[in-house]
Amino acid sequence: MSKPIRSRGLRELSPARLVLSYLLLGGWAFVVLFPLYWLVVTSLKTPIEVDSGPVYVPYVDFQPTLDAWHYLFFDLGSDTFRPYLNTVVIGLTSSVLALALGAAAAYALVRFHYAPRLGAIGVFIGCVLLATGALLAGVPWPLAAGAGLALLLILLQTIGRRFRRALGNNDIAFWLISQRMLPPVAVVIPIYVLFQRLGLLDTQVALIVTYVATNLPIVVWLLRDYFSTIPLELEECAAIDGASTYRIFWSIVLPVAVPGLVATFLFVLVFAWNEYLLALFLSSARAQTLPLTVVAQNATRGPQWWYMSVLILIMILPVIGMAIALERYISRGILVGAIKG
Amino acid sequence: MQLDVHPAQGSVQAGPSLQAPAPARVEPQAHTLWPGGDRVAHNVFLWPALLVVLVLSIFPLLVSLYLSLSRFELVPGGFEFNFVGWDNYQTLLFGSERIHFLGLLKPPALGGWLVFGGGVAALAWWLARAARDPRVHAGGLGGRALVALLAAGSLWLLVGAFSPGGRPGTLLVTVIYVGAGVTLQYGLGLGLAVLTTQRLPGRRFFRVVFLLPMMITPVGVGYMFRMLTDTGKGPFQPLWKLLGLTNFSWVTDPWGARVAVIIGDVWQWTPFMFIVLLAALEGQDVEPLEAALVDGASPWQIFRALTWPAIIPVSSTLILIRIIEGFKIVDLPNILTNGGPGTATESLTLHAYIAWRTFDLGGSAAVAYGLLFVVTVVGVAYVNLVRPRLTEDP
Repeated sequence: MSKPIRSRGLRELSPARLVLSYLLLGGWAFVVLFPLYWLVVTSLKTPIEVDSGPVYVPYVDFQPTLDAWHYLFFDLGSDTFRPYLNTVVIGLTSSVLALALGAAAAYALVRFHYAPRLGAIGVFIGCVLLATGALLAGVPWPLAAGAGLALLLILLQTIGRRFRRALGNNDIAFWLISQRMLPPVAVVIPIYVLFQRLGLLDTQVALIVTYVATNLPIVVWLLRDYFSTIPLELEECAAIDGASTYRIFWSIVLPVAVPGLVATFLFVLVFAWNEYLLALFLSSARAQTLPLTVVAQNATRGPQWWYMSVLILIMILPVIGMAIALERYISRGILVGAIKG
Repeated sequence: MQLDVHPAQGSVQAGPSLQAPAPARVEPQAHTLWPGGDRVAHNVFLWPALLVVLVLSIFPLLVSLYLSLSRFELVPGGFEFNFVGWDNYQTLLFGSERIHFLGLLKPPALGGWLVFGGGVAALAWWLARAARDPRVHAGGLGGRALVALLAAGSLWLLVGAFSPGGRPGTLLVTVIYVGAGVTLQYGLGLGLAVLTTQRLPGRRFFRVVFLLPMMITPVGVGYMFRMLTDTGKGPFQPLWKLLGLTNFSWVTDPWGARVAVIIGDVWQWTPFMFIVLLAALEGQDVEPLEAALVDGASPWQIFRALTWPAIIPVSSTLILIRIIEGFKIVDLPNILTNGGPGTATESLTLHAYIAWRTFDLGGSAAVAYGLLFVVTVVGVAYVNLVRPRLTEDP
């Protein structure tokens, strides 16, 4: 990270190029900001003003009102705050957990050497298949899981050790990252059934666990590249001084990697904050998150644009802070290590 | 599964700082958390993540496979899954869902035949060249043959769907979303990133603004664009009126609706391309650039000769991510157009979701597996065939 960063720009621009650049930048800024402006304006309108055709500027061609805001914050009150709280709790918890598990795995894949035997993997997959088959055939799940585990251990000690071909760290990493290819819709029904059996449907736990699983691949992928840019000498010194692996990871690696951790955390948090499809399947009333609340404003009488605008706006507000933080890390060239090809 | 761990070996993919991988001896010492702690450390670090992914990805995937081979039926007192073999897939590819999934295909006109013939000839030439290349092994050749076959199949879908009277199915619509979306996002993102690396007062403001769309929930983006494209109540109503389109609705015209979805998708995801390309541009080495400036190179020359080769590796990864994520598109068409008119804007995920909503769980799982198959083939083909070419000899 010590090499010079192009952050100052190279040379003064000629006036013509300066004007052209500002025109282009301003044009796209308008494209980005106008929809947001329209949200703000719509949230200040009454239903009649929305339905009778467009009006653009408050105080000029219509009288703004805080009716929609008042309705959502005071009349509905808990029906607005509960999803908000859910979103905050689920977003933060799942992102912290994904970051913790993912950072450990990414570090392990960079610094340790793994060589899982192909035979062992084959045995494992076979046992999972058998247990799943038993489950679908109506065997109660503790029995299926127990029998599968027992079979796995027995086979591992016998057949599992016979095959010499082994996979490496890169294969494990590729496998983990490739889980991101999995369309959520392909796994959501079994996950639904799983949480239903465990009695966890419509709880925050169900969503937290699911988001951790969907976000882990991206955490491992970003942090693996980031950790590999950290010089090994630091850790070697600590090891010579007698620090344990955990101690090295906690007191040396993590503090050095804070910028990468923050950037990754923000990416993951934004995903969990905005996710809709999985939340739709796994929560209904108690654990409802904000995207669901937004969609719920599409009532039988058509979309309630004014309420929707308020909800989308209060979802965006905390995220603007994140955009500023992310930009700061980018401009210091910190993400570069994490995304090199 | 047991991991055989050799704790004394160094990192396999050492970063740039480790040209010669020195063995990282992390010896078990006195200050472990518990006796022998360091020997299990390797497992402690890796297994939690592996377990979570195994339980919530692999297990559900296997169950989904079974679902896709069965039919969900409501019976008195509950429901049951009856094994039906390949029925669900047969329905998708040859049966009643064929038009929905693959599209309504008509025999192509002369132009269509020319496009299809040209495409097949190009694929055949590519295969023949690979067959004569000594570096390509039998496995690689088989993979290429599969890719060529699937590419020819998709080309046939494309040509058939665009012939008079034909229309694309959810598979082709999804591919169109991904193709058009990723291309536009990359172009716009690169342009904006180049503009904001210039020496401009106030560029940090622009950078933060450009990041915003990525941070908004896709559902919100869907409703926002529904408001904006409304020809009666939207802000552009005077414009529509001027063009005499007041009774026209984007959402009732198949291509208008698809374009609306693509615009929304581009609006939302250009920031992702922008932020990563910006980081890549900022991380470029300054010295060659300055040397080129001193030598009097034009900005375009500098971009072609120095900047472009430097950002190609990042670009190839970035495009891969967006392709993978783009195939999962669902919220936008669901909210913006409800998949309509008819099924014109339905993506594969939305198709699966609608099937699920109508209790066709087997059909839903079959569509999801179709999507998984397409994403995997495209992803693996990209990683093995396109990316090496981009990153090796620019």
